[in-house]
Amino acid sequence: MSYFKPINKHPNLEKNKLGLTRRDYEGGVSTLCAGCGHDSISACIIEACFRLNIEAYKVAKLSGIGCSSKAPAYFLNASHGFNSVHGRMPSIATGANCANEDLLYLGVSGDGDSASIGIGQFIHAIRRQVNMVYFVENNGTYGLTKGQFSATNDLESKNKYGEDNLFPPIDLTSMAIQMGASYVARSFSGDRDQLVPLIMGAIQHKGFALLDIISPCVTFNNHDSSTKSYDYIRNHNEAMGKTDFVPLGEEIKTNYDEGSSVEVKLHDGSRLSLEKTDNNFDPTDAGNSLDLIREKNKEGKIITGLLYVDNKCKSLTEIMDLPDKPLNTLEQDELCPGSEILEEINKSLS
Amino acid sequence: MSDKKYLFKRNNVWWVKLAVPLSLRSELGYDLRRTTGEKDLEKAIPIRDKIIEEFKTEFQIRKVNADDKGIVLRGTEHMQKTDISDPQYFHKVVDCQYACPAHTNVPEYIRLIAQKKYDDAYMLNWESNVFPGILGRTCDRPCEPACRRGRTHDKPVAICRLKRVTYDYKNDIDPYLPEIPKVKNGKKIGLIGAGPASLTVARDLLPLGYEVTIFEKDNKPGGLMRTNIPSFRLPAEVLDEEVYRIIKMGAELKTNSYIDSLENVIDSFDAVFVGTGAPKGKDLEIPGRKEASENIHIGIDWLTSIAFEHTKSIGKKVIVIGGGNTAMDCCRTAIRLGADDVKVTVRSPKSDMKASDWELEEAIDEGIPILDNTSPKEFLLDDEGKLKGMKFEKMEAQYTDGKRKLIPTGEEIIIECDDVLLAIGQDNAFPWIEKNIGIDFNEWDCPIVDKTTMQSSHPKVFFGGDAAWGPENIIWAVAHGHQAAISIDNFCSEVDLFDRPPPLTNLVSQKMGIHEWSYDNGISQEARLEVPHADLKEALNDLKMEVELGFDEKLALDEAQRCLNCDMQTVFQEKLCIECDACVDICPTDCITFTTNDTEEKVREKLRVPALNLDQDLYVSGKLATGRVMIKDEDMCVHCGLCAERCPTGAWDIQQNNYIEAHNLNKDKAKAKEVA
Repeated sequence: MSYFKPINKHPNLEKNKLGLTRRDYEGGVSTLCAGCGHDSISACIIEACFRLNIEAYKVAKLSGIGCSSKAPAYFLNASHGFNSVHGRMPSIATGANCANEDLLYLGVSGDGDSASIGIGQFIHAIRRQVNMVYFVENNGTYGLTKGQFSATNDLESKNKYGEDNLFPPIDLTSMAIQMGASYVARSFSGDRDQLVPLIMGAIQHKGFALLDIISPCVTFNNHDSSTKSYDYIRNHNEAMGKTDFVPLGEEIKTNYDEGSSVEVKLHDGSRLSLEKTDNNFDPTDAGNSLDLIREKNKEGKIITGLLYVDNKCKSLTEIMDLPDKPLNTLEQDELCPGSEILEEINKSLS
Repeated sequence: MSDKKYLFKRNNVWWVKLAVPLSLRSELGYDLRRTTGEKDLEKAIPIRDKIIEEFKTEFQIRKVNADDKGIVLRGTEHMQKTDISDPQYFHKVVDCQYACPAHTNVPEYIRLIAQKKYDDAYMLNWESNVFPGILGRTCDRPCEPACRRGRTHDKPVAICRLKRVTYDYKNDIDPYLPEIPKVKNGKKIGLIGAGPASLTVARDLLPLGYEVTIFEKDNKPGGLMRTNIPSFRLPAEVLDEEVYRIIKMGAELKTNSYIDSLENVIDSFDAVFVGTGAPKGKDLEIPGRKEASENIHIGIDWLTSIAFEHTKSIGKKVIVIGGGNTAMDCCRTAIRLGADDVKVTVRSPKSDMKASDWELEEAIDEGIPILDNTSPKEFLLDDEGKLKGMKFEKMEAQYTDGKRKLIPTGEEIIIECDDVLLAIGQDNAFPWIEKNIGIDFNEWDCPIVDKTTMQSSHPKVFFGGDAAWGPENIIWAVAHGHQAAISIDNFCSEVDLFDRPPPLTNLVSQKMGIHEWSYDNGISQEARLEVPHADLKEALNDLKMEVELGFDEKLALDEAQRCLNCDMQTVFQEKLCIECDACVDICPTDCITFTTNDTEEKVREKLRVPALNLDQDLYVSGKLATGRVMIKDEDMCVHCGLCAERCPTGAWDIQQNNYIEAHNLNKDKAKAKEVA
């Protein structure tokens, strides 16, 4: 088995504005099962960071426990990382976000970590509008413990050993919209044309961004009766109109006919350009989104794409009115208001 | 456009190279090259751009012409699924082997060296190129410029010097030599000249029971390898071992037997092979040539007389005229014979010199000045009629439409000298072949020889080596010898000469278990290792002291680890692929892309990294479940096998491509395989 990738790269590899290539955003060689959807997601994160010219040292990768939570080891080698207790990544992210707003927080979690043991944490991070990208690498199974049903496994989907699933699934996207998440998208690890722009949008979005990514488990949940297998998703994927990420100052390159796309402006001025679909779907209307998700679920379709976005929301640090600077860079004169102010306070109390 | 795209360096001058589109290769060859004439990269770049534009216009014109003729160009339709059952497809991926005229399986013998199986490595070489020890010191190495490592890293693997390692470290290999039948097949073959071409024919025919007689004009066999390659490059004991190994297989060697009439010998044999090389050195007919002839020597004749120890000295001041490898051998030999002022003059610019880069470098390292753009005008004599110097005129090279013109500048220089060595080319010469016995010659007095069968217009007479089409090098002579031997065997067995055995090929999976492969993909990222040299001062005083010492075992093993294992092929089966992209993500050189099919031109543009090197093929799969195809650009693949290692379904497999060019020793196997 190879643990290292040869260091030489293609001499004509594209470089971004920082002079870096895609390979400079890589991590170690994956030790997940060969063909794991999580590796494709890692590759899409690499691609998105490369295209956004992100400096890896300004990123923190946070995770809990599970196959998904191993994934941060396989991208952005030069970033910060924190591997927390099972399901507790949202708390770490909340704390870190308060202490230092300058870093980009990429939380990587799975269906077990987020929909079972960590569901309370997950909900409160959304509610508090933590400024982060929250990846759920959703494979509907507990791969690390040999393939038991997870809370996102569909009712009709049997496990690898042929046992029936007795309980209905949790739909993380509708739950997130209801809890107030301001950027909610669903995608499929096997569709990187869709996933990369969604990740880029999520990174540039301010507030809690959830990416529920169906990521087939090749070892335990890629069989014929699975609803999270490569084949099933490809056959039942109802992709919303194409989403393009348009960086600040760039023209839209896609050739939609006039009036056939919806634009969503993000906080930093970059835009998401969404191809309009037949059903006049408006991704900024939460009710509309919830209806659509429910409707497609009933039809047995998996709806993917940008499902909901609120580009005017306030993030955690804005709500709490925290200083813009990282706490560890605050100087004494900023932290200590001075004796005059103290006098005033004392006076007001007397 | 990246800085050095389409550019390569030759003797410090930047050249432009552009691959010719597949459809035009039969017309224009593999690539178009032209010098920018600049040593400075900055200055070369704008010239490069201009030249590239001109080349592209040329392609355009040719394409339009082709269209007019109604020829359908490849590239107007979607790409076809790659046919990997064509032995040439993966053979071409093994750049070194493909470039070798004898198609020696380079990666496999390097692997054997890495496993310290020197005997096996030697025998693998011996079977295909017959003279591993000799070639490991003197080969022109077409394999090295082709080596993939030159594209993916910096410099190619030192393939030639690793070949030498197989000779230097082997034990007794006699037990592995083919058995020679005691009962002969009754066919007698005459080989004229005991050089590499004839010796190869002998080796390929003796195991089949032929009776072989070799005629040699000198008193020892070896041909040019003995007479023209100085022993400081090729020690006599190496030469003797490999040459006499073939003689000992049962060839009858007649030395000191100059054949002065082909007609006289032709009836004594069932077939005759002419491997007499290109023994006639060109002369320089300029004023003073006759008068000074005592001190003017034809380079190859002079080297021969040194090899046989007839000549043991030379004047103090020597001019060598010529820019090829013979010139390099002449100047280095002269310095060892006691000359203390040796100069090489060549008419063309240094960058156009024919000498191999490394031979030129060796001469320069030994302190010999190379005066380029210097054209000889006259031999100058002193009052006593003895040579005292030469007059030259400086030239200037001008390039128009890729053609070079040397323009005299009028500037004259005079160089003093005691002796002059002429190394300005050589020809094959056949004064001994009667014109009326059925062998046709062309307008340049070269025999008309079939490129495939090596047969002349006389059905019994075959040609090979330099005798066939003029000066090449040893490895080509070997390749010709193999082909001639196949033809002779067919001819004597009354089989059509064009019914030739196919190459032996085999694709064997290297999978040993999950994530385990039976080859070592941990390549070394180190730079090319230098071969140790003997002390320069000592070497220059001893004509027979070998200058290159060869790799020691540690260096050899380290260098062997630089090989990228290009014979380990990535074989793809679309019906197993679930399109998870794991291979795309893991590939260190971004060679794999899943995309929709299109014309070759468009496909090459839309890959993860556009495939601009048209010399290298694209591996195209059949249609996948999503309607896309897998496309792999073979250009930069480092054969690490990670695509297969990260493939969940075994759609990728790593299979060793064993390609063995057919020759008489394996002909039966090849035929049996073809029938099966």
